[in-house]
Amino acid sequence: MAVHRRLQLSEVGDVSVIRFVDRKILDEANIQELGQELFQLIEEEKRQNLLLNFSSVEFLSSAALGKLITLDKKVKAHGGKLKLSNIRPEIYEVFAITKLNKLFDIKDDEADALASF
Amino acid sequence: MSKDPLAWTIERTIPSELEAGHSVLAELLTRLEAENWTTRDIFGIRLALEEGVVNAIKHGNRFDASKQVHVICISTPEKIWIQITDQGQGFDPECVPDCTAPEHIEAPNGRGIMLMRNFMACVEYSESGRVVTMEKLRADAS
Repeated sequence: MAVHRRLQLSEVGDVSVIRFVDRKILDEANIQELGQELFQLIEEEKRQNLLLNFSSVEFLSSAALGKLITLDKKVKAHGGKLKLSNIRPEIYEVFAITKLNKLFDIKDDEADALASF
Repeated sequence: MSKDPLAWTIERTIPSELEAGHSVLAELLTRLEAENWTTRDIFGIRLALEEGVVNAIKHGNRFDASKQVHVICISTPEKIWIQITDQGQGFDPECVPDCTAPEHIEAPNGRGIMLMRNFMACVEYSESGRVVTMEKLRADAS
């Protein structure tokens, strides 16, 4: 079983619910590590359906957005689904400005997101 | 004209290492929080400074250890003014692809400048793209 330093993982049915350990996702080294851990879920652990719960995240930079876009591509390539939830207003604005709110399936809360898989 | 007694300046020259920007950012945030700037203002200023410094180190100086980044933040009760200068080759901000265009929406890079422009009142490049100057008015300034 892989070790996840940047992620907290739980299972709800066939969905892997992921919470972030870091409240601020901006440091380049942390983002690289976070990206590797997320990609590992798909490529090595063969998980298909991922829900990223952002409730603990207070800040993220554009470098983090790049990792999420790459993750989305990988999930789709493996026939799975990626959803995001619990994004606070300032961070949702980052997604809206960059129009990534149209690329990602973003739900208000975890229950909404789980019901939509 | 006398200087505003409530104005303050943070001025630092940092090496081309991503971690080096953290101390400037931390000092700025401490000051803004102490002066009760709104959460949204602080979020936007933090994002703009973070993206600007990362761009200067990564794309401007290309992590060249012989080059530095100069950061100045000047705050008054009404607004904050930030200038970031690198020692790189410069670039034309008009030539940065629109990351919201359908053909670029999945590109992993290129969103920093767009976020800076949206969260700050104005963002201007000079010196062939080596200097970025940004300003934000305080949301609750009377």
